[in-house]
Amino acid sequence: MIVLNAKGLYYRELNSKIREEIATGSQDIVVKNVNGQRYIGDGITGKARLTLKGTPGNDMAAFMNGLELFVEGNTQDSIGNTMNNGKIVVHGSSGDTVGYAMRGGEIYIRGNGGYRVGIHMKEYQETIPAIVLGGKAGDFLGEYMAGGVIVVLGLDLEESEEIVGSYCGTGMHGGVMYIRGEVDGYKLGKEVKVVALTEKDHEQINRYVKDYVGYFGGSYEDILAKPFSKLIPYNKRPYGNLYCGW
Amino acid sequence: MTLSMNTPDFLIERNRERCINCQVCVRQCANEAHGWDAEEEKIFSQDALCVNCHRCVTMCPTHSLSIRKFPLEFRENANWTASTMKAIYKQAETGGILLTGMGTDRPYPVYWDQLLLNASQVTNPSIDPLREPMELKTFLGRKPEQLRVINGKLAEALPPQLELDLPIMFSAMSFGSISLNVAKSLAQAAETLGTFYNTGEGGLHEDLYKYGKNTIVQVASGRFGVHSEYLNAGAAIEIKIGQGAKPGIGGHLPGEKVGVEVSRTRMIPEQSDAISPAPHHDIYSIEDLTQLIFSLKEATNYEKPVIVKIAAVHNVSAIASGIARAGADIIAIDGFRGGTGAAPLRTRDSVGIPIELALAAVDSRLREEGIRNQVSLVVGGSIRNSTDIIKAIALGADAVYVASSALLALGCHMCQKCYTGKCNWGIATQRPELVKRLNPEIGAERATNLLKAWEHEVKEILGGMGINAIESLCGNRLMLRGIGLSDRELNILGVLAAGE
Repeated sequence: MIVLNAKGLYYRELNSKIREEIATGSQDIVVKNVNGQRYIGDGITGKARLTLKGTPGNDMAAFMNGLELFVEGNTQDSIGNTMNNGKIVVHGSSGDTVGYAMRGGEIYIRGNGGYRVGIHMKEYQETIPAIVLGGKAGDFLGEYMAGGVIVVLGLDLEESEEIVGSYCGTGMHGGVMYIRGEVDGYKLGKEVKVVALTEKDHEQINRYVKDYVGYFGGSYEDILAKPFSKLIPYNKRPYGNLYCGW
Repeated sequence: MTLSMNTPDFLIERNRERCINCQVCVRQCANEAHGWDAEEEKIFSQDALCVNCHRCVTMCPTHSLSIRKFPLEFRENANWTASTMKAIYKQAETGGILLTGMGTDRPYPVYWDQLLLNASQVTNPSIDPLREPMELKTFLGRKPEQLRVINGKLAEALPPQLELDLPIMFSAMSFGSISLNVAKSLAQAAETLGTFYNTGEGGLHEDLYKYGKNTIVQVASGRFGVHSEYLNAGAAIEIKIGQGAKPGIGGHLPGEKVGVEVSRTRMIPEQSDAISPAPHHDIYSIEDLTQLIFSLKEATNYEKPVIVKIAAVHNVSAIASGIARAGADIIAIDGFRGGTGAAPLRTRDSVGIPIELALAAVDSRLREEGIRNQVSLVVGGSIRNSTDIIKAIALGADAVYVASSALLALGCHMCQKCYTGKCNWGIATQRPELVKRLNPEIGAERATNLLKAWEHEVKEILGGMGINAIESLCGNRLMLRGIGLSDRELNILGVLAAGE
């Protein structure tokens, strides 16, 4: 295990050290005192595991391809931006646009996500990215979603807090969202509908919840005791009838 | 069903004496404007389906076909023109947004045509490019404030640069909007010519990776096909903020154009719409733009210049200043006459400003602010010939982007129906039987020929001005004079009137 100290380091310096470590074959890297440095894990291809202690900055794991990032703290905006593969596990909450245009891999967040979580996620055949939020999500969850899986558990919410914000799934044209409990109809984008869960859906949910509990603790049975709502788009072409040829 | 008031735009005329009923026209027309009546044993045509792309006219072995404007006149009305009325009929029938393709066809002023070039007479000799060297090599990228040389070597490495053998690049067109054979044609031409083509936002098909050193990879709001291998495959990365034909809006590649190959390259399900949102959802400010620029630089080890492409809009000079300060190496500006595979008609025809004015305003602003060296300027938006290029460079561009011209070289006939996916010339389509009509080797040769011809013309005219390196022309507005322009326009363009 390699330990790096991020204290006082500018992001470029820190990231170049991390790249060097990965290039020399380090498989287990711990970075202490992370404090807002951007782009950690950005564009890196590899299998190494990074443990980040503190609060990494924006665009963590952007374009990342295979690393596993464990964050002992909160994360800021745009983590997993256009991420291709790998895993992010955040022992806290995250800011806006988690997993923007994510293409593969998995993101687990113990707490909440901000606005536009999972916007424009994609999938192709067996490559299906997933985002699992333990708490709640802000407005525009899964906006323009073209593929992938989003699971929101809504654990430990205050009475005044709601599991998803408004415009949930606006423009959605692929993928699936599983929201634990009910979602008020007025919160749904007009391109998305609630449908009954199948056996396969339950298998998927069970798997993601099991992993969530594995990372953060909690009771698998208690979480699954409450039924989930399944959200899918009405069709693959939400704007197919918007136009007429000139 | 209500009565349709749509009348044909074109009239198909067939000379029956020449027609040999070979049915080439029937097989060639994806719009099914021609058909074979087996009972009557003769070809019939449906005017309403014709888009006037000339495919049948060109392929007819006996030249028996011609297409004319449909000779149906409304009562004369200077306000309610035929096209204004027809648009209303279409929208009343469908409730749809009018969709079109390619650049605006409205009669806006083309400032290139109101700028005249200088030539040498007596006091400084002109140069004959056939006998003397003429340098068109262009480097695009951030230039440092100063160079320090120690022992004949640069003390600090230069920021990454794109090296062009001629100041012309093929601008972004996505695989999806255009066929793979078009991308192959332009990639091959770029390699032969020592310049670059641009992937657009459709990702990079596996067959095109070998052209990496001549490729600019684009990152747009839909992030289609963007991953680290893609980012590292090209010579530069372009962040697409806007497009001249449709400033301020995103794009929807219709599901009809999303077949197996496009689906795999973009990583979306087959037949689904490929939706590019209007904004990048991680960019709401210049600071956010900085974030994406450096996110891309981090992902590519600071080895590649980052281009930021915007549409020419009203405040373009202030926006460009912000982009330069955000850390971009190159700014690409797309004028409102620029082409597109699909754009709402009203946006295409009314939003944005001409590239000539935008370019002059941006170049002046960056000079005034003392930051012109921090970025290179590339302009597009209907560069139609070699003098458009010379005028653009004299106004302040480092290089130009061409796309519509390149497609014309490959066979496009400007029918403006790219969004239907039925391009009979194999250009704006994904249907295999149409795509194969464009041979990429012939396409590459034609695109290369066009740019070679323009290269000769640029050299000829540069020589006439007594200039032997294209760099000496960049921003040299004394080489331009305006004709038929107002004082205000001359002022914005920063050129004197002819005769002054």
